Amino acid sequence: MVSSEVAEAVELAHAQEWAQVLATTARVAADLDLAEDCVQDAYAKALVHWSEQGIPRRPGAWLTTVATRRALEHRRRAEVSQRKLPLLISEPDLQDAFPDDRLRLVFTCCHPALAQEARIALTLRLVCGLSSAEIAKAFLVKETAMQARITRAKQKITQSRIPYRIPRLTDLPERIDAVLDVIHLVYSAGHTAKFGDDLIRYDLTRRGLDLARMVHLLLPDSGEATALLGLLVLTHAREPARVSGGALVLLPEQDRSLWDRDLITEGLALVTASLQSRAGRFALMAAVAAVHSEARTWEETDWQEILGLYDLLLTRWPSPVVALNRAVALSYTDGPAAALAVLDTLSDEPALATYPYYASTRADLLRRTGQLQAATAAYEEALAFTDNTTEAAFLTARLDELRS
Amino acid sequence: MGKYLVMIYDNEALWDAADPSVAEKNHLNHGAFAQANQAAIVGGAQLDGSNTATSIRADGAGGFVVTDGTFAETKEVMGGYYVIEAADLDEALEIAKQVPSPMGGVEVRPIID
Repeated sequence: MVSSEVAEAVELAHAQEWAQVLATTARVAADLDLAEDCVQDAYAKALVHWSEQGIPRRPGAWLTTVATRRALEHRRRAEVSQRKLPLLISEPDLQDAFPDDRLRLVFTCCHPALAQEARIALTLRLVCGLSSAEIAKAFLVKETAMQARITRAKQKITQSRIPYRIPRLTDLPERIDAVLDVIHLVYSAGHTAKFGDDLIRYDLTRRGLDLARMVHLLLPDSGEATALLGLLVLTHAREPARVSGGALVLLPEQDRSLWDRDLITEGLALVTASLQSRAGRFALMAAVAAVHSEARTWEETDWQEILGLYDLLLTRWPSPVVALNRAVALSYTDGPAAALAVLDTLSDEPALATYPYYASTRADLLRRTGQLQAATAAYEEALAFTDNTTEAAFLTARLDELRS
Repeated sequence: MGKYLVMIYDNEALWDAADPSVAEKNHLNHGAFAQANQAAIVGGAQLDGSNTATSIRADGAGGFVVTDGTFAETKEVMGGYYVIEAADLDEALEIAKQVPSPMGGVEVRPIID
């Protein structure tokens, strides 16, 4: 009989310790599949053992010991059965290796030789311990397809011998970028869910934030890791105001007293720290978030500053989405008509063709310039691109206003 | 240690249009690459142009269809290769990045033991 206390302890250990337990086990097992099996087994054993013998003082250490022991047994057996000389595998020093092991796991999952969707899937599966079903649901893919994607990625790791280690110093900047991109995508996927009734998928935003905290902790000197954490913390601080009574609330109408002040203070400090070194992509995005967070009212927003930051972003990391965001800032410095002119130049961008915010931004700008008929058509277009009920309700409300 | 095939894919049209000195320089660069990585290089060769390629496919009825040209019609074709030995993919990629391939790039694939 498993008490609710034990079940909760195991659940908590799953959320907090999975990455550490798997990372250390993977080093001992030298095989990701074997490591995963051993860790899953350790969690299953925990339910029984903790019920009988009480919850251990350090659940993570307990789980790691059980999982690594099983991995060691398995390797010894495999080596004997291959009739090789049994290797003398020493018991690993579990405590000292923890942070390095987690970092190794993250870098392996985000290796540039893997496709980006595979990096995201592997990170959620191996670092966060999500099931294939959960990952498939978050990214609108069939479970079988997601399972196949994960299997292929694991096969590539084994067959191409993608190393399980922290990259060399010379490779680090490029590899960190890949890791941070994955974390940013995980968070963004939860920030505005692509489908469903809820605007925000807290399971994904929390995972993204946890990952960003972990990488920042492990690589405190990386300006971009600091910046990404700052960006996510500031975004998270404003989440409570984005939905009210189930309805989407845009920035101008948000109740800023709902913003989490402690998180904003933390986020601003991170952004300041990240701007000490040469500002990267996330540092500039985080700086934009910082300007919004510092404004006590919508009217106080320093749009000139935000426009300047987007100008920098657009020069150094040009993308149609950045150009679109810059146009929104421009609409508050130079007026909606100037922004509409910029949007017209972006109309042929394939990346924006099915991007719902292109149509909804255009709709908003048309509305603000008084072109109500064109605005109605643009809102209808935006509505066709969203599968999220909360977003759809917002767009429908705007349409109703225009039609009345 | 594992073996990797590093396939050099270049755009032949660009080579045809290039000054002969570019090819000459490329030869020297390959010499320097081979010199610098001799410990890792197990084999390699330059291939003749894709116009010399002949493809063979079983016709499914016990015979063969022999056709002129490469297997796949692409802008970049395989123009040469190295077989290298490396501890892992990162090491292989490190070496592959040094392979001169001014008109295209390289593909790296593990060789199954």
